[in-house]
Amino acid sequence: MKSRKLSIPYIIWMLVFTMIPIVMIGVTAFRDKNGGFSLEPFQKAFGYSNVFLKSLLIAFLSTLICLVLAYPLAYLLTKMRHSTQQTVQMILMIPMWMNFLLRIYAWVILLQKNGPLDTALSILGIHGSYIGNTAAVIVGMVYEYLPFMVLPIFTVMSKIDHNLIEAAQDLGSNSAAVFRKVIFPLSVSQYLGGTDDIMIGDVIDKIFWTDQNVGSAISLVLMIFIFVFLVLMNLFGDEEAIA
Amino acid sequence: MKRILSILLAAVLVSTALCLAGCQGGTTENKDKGEVNVFNWGEYMALGDDGLMNVLEEFEKETGIKVNYTTYETNEELYNMLKQSNVSYDVIVPSEYMISKLIKENMLLELNYNNIPNFQYINDRFKKLPCDPESKYTVCYQWGVTAMVYDKTKVKNTPTDWDALWDKDLSGQILMFNNSRDAMAIAMQQCGITPSTFTKEDVDKAAEKLQEQKPLLKKYVMDQVFNEMEGGQSAIAPYYAGDIEMMMEENEDLDYCLPASGSNLFYDALCIPSCSKNKENAEAFINFMQKPEIAAENCKYLRYGTPNTKAPDFLDDEIKNNELTFPSEEYLKKCYIFEDIPDDVYAYMQEKFVDIQAN
Repeated sequence: MKSRKLSIPYIIWMLVFTMIPIVMIGVTAFRDKNGGFSLEPFQKAFGYSNVFLKSLLIAFLSTLICLVLAYPLAYLLTKMRHSTQQTVQMILMIPMWMNFLLRIYAWVILLQKNGPLDTALSILGIHGSYIGNTAAVIVGMVYEYLPFMVLPIFTVMSKIDHNLIEAAQDLGSNSAAVFRKVIFPLSVSQYLGGTDDIMIGDVIDKIFWTDQNVGSAISLVLMIFIFVFLVLMNLFGDEEAIA
Repeated sequence: MKRILSILLAAVLVSTALCLAGCQGGTTENKDKGEVNVFNWGEYMALGDDGLMNVLEEFEKETGIKVNYTTYETNEELYNMLKQSNVSYDVIVPSEYMISKLIKENMLLELNYNNIPNFQYINDRFKKLPCDPESKYTVCYQWGVTAMVYDKTKVKNTPTDWDALWDKDLSGQILMFNNSRDAMAIAMQQCGITPSTFTKEDVDKAAEKLQEQKPLLKKYVMDQVFNEMEGGQSAIAPYYAGDIEMMMEENEDLDYCLPASGSNLFYDALCIPSCSKNKENAEAFINFMQKPEIAAENCKYLRYGTPNTKAPDFLDDEIKNNELTFPSEEYLKKCYIFEDIPDDVYAYMQEKFVDIQAN
């Protein structure tokens, strides 16, 4: 009884800052400009299906590369002495304390014309700019998400107390997830991408200025995507791995 | 003993606090000229940076009116603050199309120009503007044009007009506005449409022109243009004249081009919103901003044109004779001013611009 009372502020918080906005997005997505019921926003939202697909492709490739890189690294981690483990974990974590925009700027400088990469490769006679393309966006994504892949795999492998992670997720992973899934990809594509690397987050951002209905519809479709993936994970994944 | 001491100390503290509060009440009563709440664009006023004057402090010293200064990033943010929150502002600085919208929705107060004698210094070109044809609501603050900045080491032919942004030789090195109205305006000029106002058909034509340009572009940018051009990463970009000036100071390979067919003349004006509670103080503030030496100080900081005809007397020749900050009368005749466009056309334009980027 006592513990339920303690959760009341949290429930109110969730209600005000998570549930009500989602319901509002849901309602707005089914309306036209005059406020009547309409499916037009969805019709328009699916006009951007190529952007949806491109975003999905980038997400898929980034995840795959992250997995390929993270799995052996996590395995090596479990084999290390405890002190070395902690050092490597710190090295993985420290960049995440910095503002992510700064880290993307750092990538811009690394990849741009006359940047370190260009200078190094020009010794071999290769010149050019390595920014403004889809590959650069994927590099940025992999860089950002790698710690999020390494650490959970490592914890599963080394059977650390899962209550800790669950506690962390209960506390804040909802907003963190929104940040990672929407805001972060948006800035990666803006800074590292070229003209063809617009992602679904950019479209939502732009269209929302003048047409909140279509913006809401796209957001809702995106949420359904995420929901479907969550359900799939619950169906097929074993519980340890999801935690 | 300790307890008595602490009680005594507390008593002393309380009495001093009371006295202080009382004294303060007394002084404010003496020179209480009230306050003025100014809501301006970010980095849009000389506030003591770069060795320049802090014009707000100067105003407080001269008039005794306290300034509460806050800033916004976009016209839309300003509009939403006025429309949806309870705050009271006394002076705002919207751009031309937003002024039309605010006047249409009865959100501005008529000015008493008797309280703004410095209005006489305003260039006639910036009085009776299309958004305020009878000059009842506005005093122009700053103006400028859109122009092109290019890297001399990267372009083969010196650009003369907007068509340089469609130059196939520069493919992959061209930047474009990531902002529908500015990008569409340039494309409309290329199609022979004057972009002051336009219809959905005009938007379609411009969109086609932009679609044609897209394969040649490196990127759609706004603020990133500074990094791109200053760092020598791109060859050419359209941007606002005052900002081009800043880029040229950072990289001497850069030069500017005022497009031969004319460009967009934009301006922001000082206005008083209908939520104002200190109208006379607001008028005093507006008047102060158009004192020639104050207008000059702001011009030095912003490098945008000042509409004040006496301000150039306080400027160095270098700024005064700069064609980018002060384009010639002849050039200004070729420029057009954005007017308010219907909401549905505006939404259509935005949608088309997203489509270009998405396809």
